[in-house]
Amino acid sequence: MADLLLELFSEEIPARMQARAVADLKKLVTDGLVDAGLTYASAAGFATPRRLCLTIEGLLSESPNVREERKGPRVGVPEKALEGFLRGVGLTVEQLEIRDDKKGQTYFAVMEKAGRPASDIIAEVVPHVVRSFPWPKSMRWGAGPLRWVRPLQSILCVLSTADGTEVVNFDVDGIESANLTAGHRFHAPAWFSVNSFDQYQAELKTAFVMLDADERADHIWEDARNMAFASGLEVVSDAALLAEVAGLVEWPVVLMGDIADDFLDLPVEVLQTSMREHQKFFSVRNPKTGRIEKFITVANRETADQGATILAGNQKVLFARLSDAKFFWENDLRLSLDDMTTKLSNVTFHNRLGTQAERIARIASLARDIAPIIGADVDLTELAAKVAKADLSSEMVYEFPELQGIMGKYYAQKAGLDPSVAKACETHYSPLGPSDAVPNEPVSIAVALADKLDTLTGFWAIDEKPTGSKDPFALRRAALGVIRLILENNVRFNLSGYIDAELVKHKIFHDRNTDAAKEEFLETELLHEIADHGVFGAALQAVLDAVLKKGKEEFSGDQAWLEHLVENIPESCTNLLGFFHDRLKVYLRDKGVSHDVIDACLAMPNNDDFVLLVNRAEALQGFVRTDDGTNLLQGFKRANNILNAEEKKDGVSYELDPDVKFAEDDSEKALFAALDVAHVAISTALKVEDFTAAMAAMASLRKPIDVFFEAVQVNSENQMVRRNRLCLLNRIRNVMGQIADFTWIEG
Amino acid sequence: MATDKPRSFQEIILRLQNYWADHGCAILQPYDMEVGAGTFHPATTLRSLGSKPWAAAYVQPSRRPTDGRYGENPNRLQHYYQYQVIIKPSPPDLQDLYLGSLQAIGIDMELHDIRFVEDDWESPTLGAWGLGWEVWCDGMEVSQFTYFQQVGGHDCHPVSGELTYGLERLAMYVLGVDHVMDMPFNTPDAPITLKYADIFKQTEQEYSRWNFDVADTDILLQHFKDAEAECQRILDAPHLDPKTNKKIIMVHPAYDQCIKASHLFNLLDARGVISVTERQAYIGRVRTLTKSCADAFVQTDAGGAET
Repeated sequence: MADLLLELFSEEIPARMQARAVADLKKLVTDGLVDAGLTYASAAGFATPRRLCLTIEGLLSESPNVREERKGPRVGVPEKALEGFLRGVGLTVEQLEIRDDKKGQTYFAVMEKAGRPASDIIAEVVPHVVRSFPWPKSMRWGAGPLRWVRPLQSILCVLSTADGTEVVNFDVDGIESANLTAGHRFHAPAWFSVNSFDQYQAELKTAFVMLDADERADHIWEDARNMAFASGLEVVSDAALLAEVAGLVEWPVVLMGDIADDFLDLPVEVLQTSMREHQKFFSVRNPKTGRIEKFITVANRETADQGATILAGNQKVLFARLSDAKFFWENDLRLSLDDMTTKLSNVTFHNRLGTQAERIARIASLARDIAPIIGADVDLTELAAKVAKADLSSEMVYEFPELQGIMGKYYAQKAGLDPSVAKACETHYSPLGPSDAVPNEPVSIAVALADKLDTLTGFWAIDEKPTGSKDPFALRRAALGVIRLILENNVRFNLSGYIDAELVKHKIFHDRNTDAAKEEFLETELLHEIADHGVFGAALQAVLDAVLKKGKEEFSGDQAWLEHLVENIPESCTNLLGFFHDRLKVYLRDKGVSHDVIDACLAMPNNDDFVLLVNRAEALQGFVRTDDGTNLLQGFKRANNILNAEEKKDGVSYELDPDVKFAEDDSEKALFAALDVAHVAISTALKVEDFTAAMAAMASLRKPIDVFFEAVQVNSENQMVRRNRLCLLNRIRNVMGQIADFTWIEG
Repeated sequence: MATDKPRSFQEIILRLQNYWADHGCAILQPYDMEVGAGTFHPATTLRSLGSKPWAAAYVQPSRRPTDGRYGENPNRLQHYYQYQVIIKPSPPDLQDLYLGSLQAIGIDMELHDIRFVEDDWESPTLGAWGLGWEVWCDGMEVSQFTYFQQVGGHDCHPVSGELTYGLERLAMYVLGVDHVMDMPFNTPDAPITLKYADIFKQTEQEYSRWNFDVADTDILLQHFKDAEAECQRILDAPHLDPKTNKKIIMVHPAYDQCIKASHLFNLLDARGVISVTERQAYIGRVRTLTKSCADAFVQTDAGGAET
C-alpha cells in the first residue's frame, strides 16, 4: 500500500473557483488511477489561494497483472480473417493457442498484461489531468502552450510506502515534479521538502498556511463573531462572502474597524453593498438600532503592529468608497423623482421598444387599468408606476445595479410619498424567481403585474420570444412572475383582453416611427376599422383612448399600415397565452397536478383567468385520484368511445336531448334522473366556482353510470331506443363537460 | 530590502522609472494623445501583438471624463496618471518583480497586507481580454496585473504581462495623504513647493464643467464619425507607397484615429447622451477600428511579420 500526495502550486487562484477545482482534481486523478487498476482506500482534496492539493491513502503500490483471453476465428478460415484478428490483438499466429470449441478447432489469443508500479501510472495520469483540467477560464503565460487558471509554478508529487518516500517523476511543459513546496508568500516563502501528508499539513501550518478552507472559514467566523460580541454587536451573516474571503487568504487574520460617523445615515443596504462588493468586508450591526456601525475585514498576515497599519489602510479605503456612495446619495436626493424620470427619456430600454420613459408611461397606464381589479387605489397605483423606475437614472443605482428598487423606496420616502408607493418601488421587480417572495400589497401587485405584462407583450409584439435555452430578456421569469402574482394574491381577471390591448399599444408605438400621421385618418378609418375588428373586445376602448390622447402626429392614413397593425395581434395573443400556459403547467406540475388534468382544464372557457383555471385543476386532480373519480372516468371513457364510434359510423351527431319516455330499463331511468340532478347541482356549484361541490355532484354519477352499462345494451335493435341511448351518452359527456374536458384525461 | 520613504508624488514616479529601468525595461514617454488608460498607448496595444519580445515602462496621463468631481473628491479625478509596465513574454517571476517595485517606493511588506484578487480584464473597445488580478494593499486596489490573452481579436503568442499602477492613489497611500489635492508634487523642501492642487485643481474644475455640461455633443458626434472614417480610409490605402516604392502600412496613424474615437465616445458618455443600447453599438464601432489596426499591425515588421 502507498500514499500519494500531490500539490499544484500556482499564482493566486480565484476564490470562487477553488472548491470546484478541488473536486475536479480529486475525481480526475482518482478516476485515472482506478481505470489503470490502482484502487485506493480514501482521498481528500484541499485548496488555498496558491495551491490545489490531493492526498490519496491506501493506494495499491502496483496495478494487478491482467490476463485477457479473446476468441478468434476457426482454424482454416481464409487468410484475411485471421490477419484481421492478429492485427486486433497484436500477436503473431505462432503466439495463438488452438483449442477445441463446439464448432471445431479455434484460435484463442491469451494476453498477459503485467502489473505496473503505481509511480509509472501516476506519472501518466497527473500530467494528463493538468493538461486537460476543466477550469471555467484558463490562460497561457510566457511563451509556453500550457493552460492553467493562472501561471503554474511547481508540482509536488510524492509517493510513500513502507520503504520510504520517493518523488514521482514527470514533466509538464517544463515544470518538473519534485518534493518541494513553499509556505506563506510573505511570512515563510522558503521552499521545504515534503515526505507525507501529515508532515506537509503540519509544516505548512508553521509556515503560516491553513490548508483546509473550512478551517479558515470557521476561524474567520469565530473570530469575527467574538470580536463583534465583545463590542455588543453582531456580524451580519453572509455565507457566500465567508466562502470567498476564506479563498483569498492562506493565513486569515480578522480585524474589526470603525465606520466614520459621516456615513451612518446612509441606507443600510448601501453600506452593506458597498462594503461587500468593493471591499469584501462583513457588516457589523448594532442589534438594538439595526444600524451598521462597524466592519470586519480579513487580512492575510500577522504584523508586528497587530494589524494597525492594515486596519488604518482599510478604513481609509472604506472612507473613500463611502464618500463616493454619499456623494451619489446626496446628488440623487437633490433631484426630484420627476427629474429622475425625465432623465430616463434619454435612456433606451430597447431600440424597438422605445425609451425607459416611454416604457414607464405604458406601465403606468396599464397599472391604472389593473388597479381596480386588485382593489388598489387607482391614483396611487399610477403614481407608483410612474416613479417606480426613477431610480434607474440615479447615480447610486448606476454604481450598484443590485440596489435598483431599494433606492427607489428611499427616494420615494424622502419625497414624502405614500408608503404604498415607496413599497411598490422596492418590490415591483419581484418575484425574481420561483422562491422569491411575491408582493402582497395592492399597489405593489398592480405595478408588478403591469411591469411584467408590458415587458412580455412588448417582446412578443416585436417577435423576440425566448427560444430553446436563449432567454436574454428573462421572459420566462417574467411570465412565472405574472402567474405567481395572480395566484398568490387571488387576482381575478381575464388576461387576454389586457394582452390584446398591450400588443396593440406596442404595435402602434412601433409603427408610428415609420409612418407620418393624419388626424383625419385617426378619427375616421382607424376607429372604424378597429371597432369592426372583434378580437380586441373590451380592451379596445383603452387602446382607442390611448390613441386619441397621443394626438395627431403619430398616425398615417395608409390603409396598409392599419392592416399591418392589426394583422398579427390575435396570433401573438394566442401565442403569448400559450407561453403563460406552458409556465403554468410547470408551476402546477410542481404542485402535483398532472399534465393531462391541466390540459383537460385548459380546454375550458376562461382559461386566461388563472385563478379559476388553477382552482379547477386542483379540484379535478383531487377528484381523479379518488375511487369514484377513477371509476367515473372509466364510465366517461366508455360513453365517449361508444358515442364516437357510432357517430362516425352513422355520420351524424347525437346531440338532441334524450327523452326519458323511451327509457326501457330501470337503470336507464335512474341515469336520466341522476343526470338531471347532477346537471343542476354542477351548474349551480360552478356559478359560484365551488369546484369541490361540483366534483361531489359529479361523483354521484358514478353509480348510475356503472349500473347503466351493466344492465343495458346501448345498441338496441329498436332504432328509436338506440338513438335515445346515444343521446343519453352525449348528455353524460355534456354534463361532465361543464367541469372539464375529460377526453384529455389519461388512464 | 528596507527603503526610505519617498516624500513626493514625483519621487514615487522617479523610483518606479528607475526600478523598471534597472529590470530591463525601455523607459518610454507618455503617448501624446488623450487616452482613457495606459493600455491604449501603442507600446502596449500594438506591441503586445506578434512574436517579437518587448519590455517597456512609461507614465501615461489618462482621462476619464465621467470621473470628474471638480477637484473636490479626495480620490477621483477626470485626469490622472497611470504607470504602465509591459513585458513580452511575461517572465516567470513577474509577481516578485512587481512586489519589488512596491518595496522600491517604500511599501514595507512586513506591515502591509498585499493580496492578489481575481479580476478578469476585458476591454470591449480594444477587443482585448486577459486574466489576472487587482492587487490590493490593505484593501486598496493599487494595481492591475494582467496576462494578455487576446488583443484586437488576435491571440497573444507569446503572452505579455501587463502592470498598471494608479499613481495618485498609490502615492497618496504611501505618502499618507488623505486628499489628492494635498499631495506634495515636488520635494517639500524645494524653494518653490508645489502641491497637486497647485497644478491640477483648476484644470479639474474646468474640465469637469466642460465634460459634463458644455462640450458640444453635435461636434463631438461629428468628430467621432470623422475619426472612424479616417481610420478606415488610412487602412484601406494600398500598402505600396507610390512615392518611395516601399511597402508602408500606416498602422500608427490609423490607430491614432481609433484612440480619438475612443476618447470622443468617453466624452459623449460623460455628457449623458449615449443610452445603454447605443453604448454597445459605439463600443462595437471602436472595436472594429482596433481590430482593423491589429490586423494591419501583424503584417508589419514590428508586428513580427516575415519581411
